[in-house]
Amino acid sequence: MSKKSVIWSTLAVMLIAAMVLGACQTTTTPTTEAPTTGETVAALPQGQELANAYAGQYKGKVVTMAGPFTDQDEVVFNDSIKGFEEKTGIDIQYTGSKEFEANINIRLDGGDRPDIVDYPQPGLLRYAVEKGYAIDMNTLINPEWIKTNYSDAWQTLGKMTGPNGEIVAGIWARANGKSFVFYPKKAFDEAGYKVPTTWQEMMDLTAQIAADGDTPWCIGIESGAATGWTMTDWIEDVMLRVAGGEGYDKWVKGELKFDSPEVNEALDYIEAIWFNDAYVYGGRAAIPTINFGDAPKPMFEDPPKCWFNRQGNFVTTFFPEEAVAGVDYSFFYLPGIKPEYGSPVLGAGDIYAVFNDRPEVRAVIQYFSTGESLKVWVEQGGAILTHNDASLDWYVDPVTRGVAETIRNATTFRFDGSDQMPAAVGAGTFWKYMTDYVSGSITREEALKAIDASWPSQ
Amino acid sequence: MTVAQMNNPSPNDGGFVGKFVRWFSTTLGQIFVSILVPAGLFLVLWQGYMFLQRANAPQIVQVVVAIIWGVGGVALLYLVTNWLVMKLPKRASKVLQPFVFVGPAVVIMGWFLALPVLRSLIASFKNYLGTEWVGLANYKFAFTDPRMLETFRNNLLWLVFGTAFSVGLGLLIATLADRSRAEVVYKSIIFTPMAISFVGAGVIWKFIYTYKGTGVGIQEIGLLNAIVTALGGTPQPWLNLPPWNNFFLIVIMIWLQTGYAMVILSSAIKGVPAELLEAARIDGATEIKAFFSVVVPYIKGTLLTVTTTIVIFSLKTFDIVRVMTGGNNGTNVIANEFYLQSFTYTDAGKASAIAIVLLLLVTPVIFNNVRQYTKSRRGF
Amino acid sequence: MAKKTLKSSKKSAAFWTNFILIVICVIWLVPILGILITSFRQSEDIFKSGWWQVFPHKENVEVDRIVLPESVNLDQPFEILGTTATFEEFRNGITLEDGRIISWYGNKRTRTAIVSENQWIGFDTNLTLKNYKDVIGGKTISYKDAQGQTITRSGNNLGGAFLNSLAVTIPGTIIPILIAAFAAFGFAWLEFPGRNLVFTIIVALLVVPLQIALVPILKDYVSMGLNGTFLGIWLAHSGFGLPLATYLLFNYISTIPRELLESAYIDGASNFTIFTKLILPLSVPALASFAIFQFLWLWNDYLVALVFLGEKNQTVTIAVARLVGEKGQDWHLMTSAAFVSMILPLIVFLGLQRYFVRGMMAGSVKG
Repeated sequence: MSKKSVIWSTLAVMLIAAMVLGACQTTTTPTTEAPTTGETVAALPQGQELANAYAGQYKGKVVTMAGPFTDQDEVVFNDSIKGFEEKTGIDIQYTGSKEFEANINIRLDGGDRPDIVDYPQPGLLRYAVEKGYAIDMNTLINPEWIKTNYSDAWQTLGKMTGPNGEIVAGIWARANGKSFVFYPKKAFDEAGYKVPTTWQEMMDLTAQIAADGDTPWCIGIESGAATGWTMTDWIEDVMLRVAGGEGYDKWVKGELKFDSPEVNEALDYIEAIWFNDAYVYGGRAAIPTINFGDAPKPMFEDPPKCWFNRQGNFVTTFFPEEAVAGVDYSFFYLPGIKPEYGSPVLGAGDIYAVFNDRPEVRAVIQYFSTGESLKVWVEQGGAILTHNDASLDWYVDPVTRGVAETIRNATTFRFDGSDQMPAAVGAGTFWKYMTDYVSGSITREEALKAIDASWPSQ
Repeated sequence: MTVAQMNNPSPNDGGFVGKFVRWFSTTLGQIFVSILVPAGLFLVLWQGYMFLQRANAPQIVQVVVAIIWGVGGVALLYLVTNWLVMKLPKRASKVLQPFVFVGPAVVIMGWFLALPVLRSLIASFKNYLGTEWVGLANYKFAFTDPRMLETFRNNLLWLVFGTAFSVGLGLLIATLADRSRAEVVYKSIIFTPMAISFVGAGVIWKFIYTYKGTGVGIQEIGLLNAIVTALGGTPQPWLNLPPWNNFFLIVIMIWLQTGYAMVILSSAIKGVPAELLEAARIDGATEIKAFFSVVVPYIKGTLLTVTTTIVIFSLKTFDIVRVMTGGNNGTNVIANEFYLQSFTYTDAGKASAIAIVLLLLVTPVIFNNVRQYTKSRRGF
Repeated sequence: MAKKTLKSSKKSAAFWTNFILIVICVIWLVPILGILITSFRQSEDIFKSGWWQVFPHKENVEVDRIVLPESVNLDQPFEILGTTATFEEFRNGITLEDGRIISWYGNKRTRTAIVSENQWIGFDTNLTLKNYKDVIGGKTISYKDAQGQTITRSGNNLGGAFLNSLAVTIPGTIIPILIAAFAAFGFAWLEFPGRNLVFTIIVALLVVPLQIALVPILKDYVSMGLNGTFLGIWLAHSGFGLPLATYLLFNYISTIPRELLESAYIDGASNFTIFTKLILPLSVPALASFAIFQFLWLWNDYLVALVFLGEKNQTVTIAVARLVGEKGQDWHLMTSAAFVSMILPLIVFLGLQRYFVRGMMAGSVKG
């Protein structure tokens, strides 16, 4: 075959392929341009654009959204925004990603920015703010509305400093609480145990169960590359209880060192449980190897092989499907330690940030600043809202309602510390060195000093 | 007549103008051929492709067309370029033709790999946001920080043990399988782990190394611990025991990579002429002696290649470590630290410095390799 | 005499060869066997017991339960069925003379002891295909809405992802091989200035971690409109795979005897013809080897597909990763997913490995 005929035959094949493709082409519906009717619509408390959207001015527009939740949560989220999409004609396209943390910065830096992003931790958003990508919420939503619908705590957490000064970097959506201990209620009541209300009562109960022959606590901190985050949650919870809200804040900012009397005191309390092989299922050596999601499973065996699992309220997704909330399992609040610091609650949440400013994007973010936007999700039992206009009646199961109430009524509420620390510490050395310390490969002092040394100097 | 003279009839000396035209066509022609013509053709194909993408055909049709377009496009690229070059005067054609062959590869690698390396080099002298110059601070971190020192030690272990066992086992299996009747079966079995993704391998070995703790009624679900308990020992959290956990991870790499070494060495062994081996046997050599004195020298080039590539893989190892331990408990490796700095701590400066250090570590290996090649033969 | 020993030594050599190979292969396969079995088990069982429990084995089976009255003090040694021991000893299990075992149930408050016998258990029949169903057909997600009604949605099935993976891997394998073959020939046999330097740089690029290229390339793609297209990911994979391909093919092509090429030149062939008619056919073993590796690498790739292709055209790896649940709660699905995604690459390997035929080179010099 001569070279020319090879060229021609290759071209011919490609041409045929193109024709086939063309023949199969279905016409795409062109996006209808929003009729700018020119008629002005009265603004809603959240902002003008939301009212415009309900009046149909943004029909056919697309708003892209990215976030970390997938799977079940993604399905429920899409259902919860369906009503809004039908009323306004805006198509909100959410894509969830398992590798969200790695992927989002690549996309932001690379120029492929989603309109709205759901951040599971504020620390990650801080990077986008420092680079100047995030848009100030006060320019997108009516600032007065933000002030009324979110508590002071949530508002402060949303403010970050960018190249042009401090901005409201995002608004909060879902919250979750972490200061809870889950237990197998049915077996617990049958065994005649009582729910503890003080730390001492909890330790006494721990000793009692151990004397009865069981290992009371199920603890597991393995989580692949994120191994150790469960332990940092424990430490933060106890820090709130021995150092108070202010001490906690200083510690998170880096003003209070890790190698300090307060942190050491917190670790003393934790060691009293963790390092006692009789108190932990599998013993201390198993803690860094047991996945945090597998850890509560022995609670549901018959008879329960362990009794307590301190974890955030999201852990209920790992419980067996047949377990009924409030019947088979329940929770109690992790008691305070020092009475002067009351009953603090540690929590976390999802924060939404905006990267492209267009009228329809404004409409959508204004919608998300209302509790209404996620009502379906709450009713399904998977979310707790940060909005003040969300009613407690929306929560269907007693566990979620109890958690929402606890968060709302907390005397002191603080956000997860490791999410707020610089990433090199909060997502790095804090996890790593604490895990090594539990495994026994380094001493407590070495670990604390190493974490302090890794704190980036600004 | 030598071959060179055959392809190169003495140039017709056309005087000054002739010389200029020749210089013009060769130098510029080189650039033209290796970049512009393929780029132009690429542009045409690309736009045609984008037009097709916008069509809304059923997915399977789209996929098939994509495949045809992709492969056809590249073939076309070479055909057209070469045809053009052949049209030029003989002398220019001879000089330009190597660039037809080599051009696209160099351009693509330049864009996708070399340019990012240069950008990294620049970024390695800046801070984490890329806004200020910080001199050698990032390199100081890369060379002296205890985290990095740990990674250097670990990568050395990976390099030595991972490579030695992968290549050694691969060679052994390739040789033995070559002489057995069920060769395809054995080779397929050894090769199977390569078909498994890293995440899949992580799950598989998780079921071997799992440790559930000590206590009443706790059953070990990890195979290694089950064997240990059956033999009367106490179960251990294998992946949490520094520095031995590194070896357990290296085992996974060996499991995965031996198939690769085996495949390549196998094709090399098959190239050894049967007559040579027969001659050695007739001379009274045992199988083992014949192997080392005939086969090994013959496949030396391939052995070197395989070893080099596995050495580089072991320096680049990332997925296994990340999936199994995340780099904790003393298992951190350079590529994992790069990933952490780059995406988790978002410190572009340190990450870039680490990448450059990795590059520097490898260069001597490569250089030595290439020198071996160019010494042993010359092209024409 | 010499013939006999030669024959018997050949036989024993064959025996040892096969023996060693079989041992190695068994060790190689055991981890995979473990996953295969696990993929058929119920998710609760996976965490509770090892996968070998599926096979027949001896286990303690409960035959009786004894509840001790309140009057018995458990903190002192007490008696069950004629044996006196402390609570801890009963907890660990005490074997009676007739082979029965007494073990404690739960903690002291249950006041119950279990009597069991060590019996053979047959194959575990509590196996399920659910893991495979979830992976291939997509999980059914169900939840209750405010009225208490259950709503179910089925997740995405793997069919579309499968096609996308093919669209990525097939050209992504062929294109770099073509380009690398041309380049390797050029580096091996053609003279041009800068040849050694450029080749050294190319091989040095082998070590570049592809993550450093992600952001710059993405920026370029976004401005060129290539983001999310197949063309973009083919180019990206070509870029990342070319150094290794060029290196391997260069090594192979260098070993082709120069007499072959010289005789072709004498017959008047051009470089291009030599390449297409002589080099390519002779390089088939090396091309096939590299094709396998590149195919596997692309098929199992996650990061590059995630960044350049995105969630719009998901490949199998991305679709499977999404199944595992946000916090990793369904990781047992990875066991079946690993198998499902392994089948095609294995077929490719089996199909291509017949190209590694002995004697492809022999005889070609003489001709």
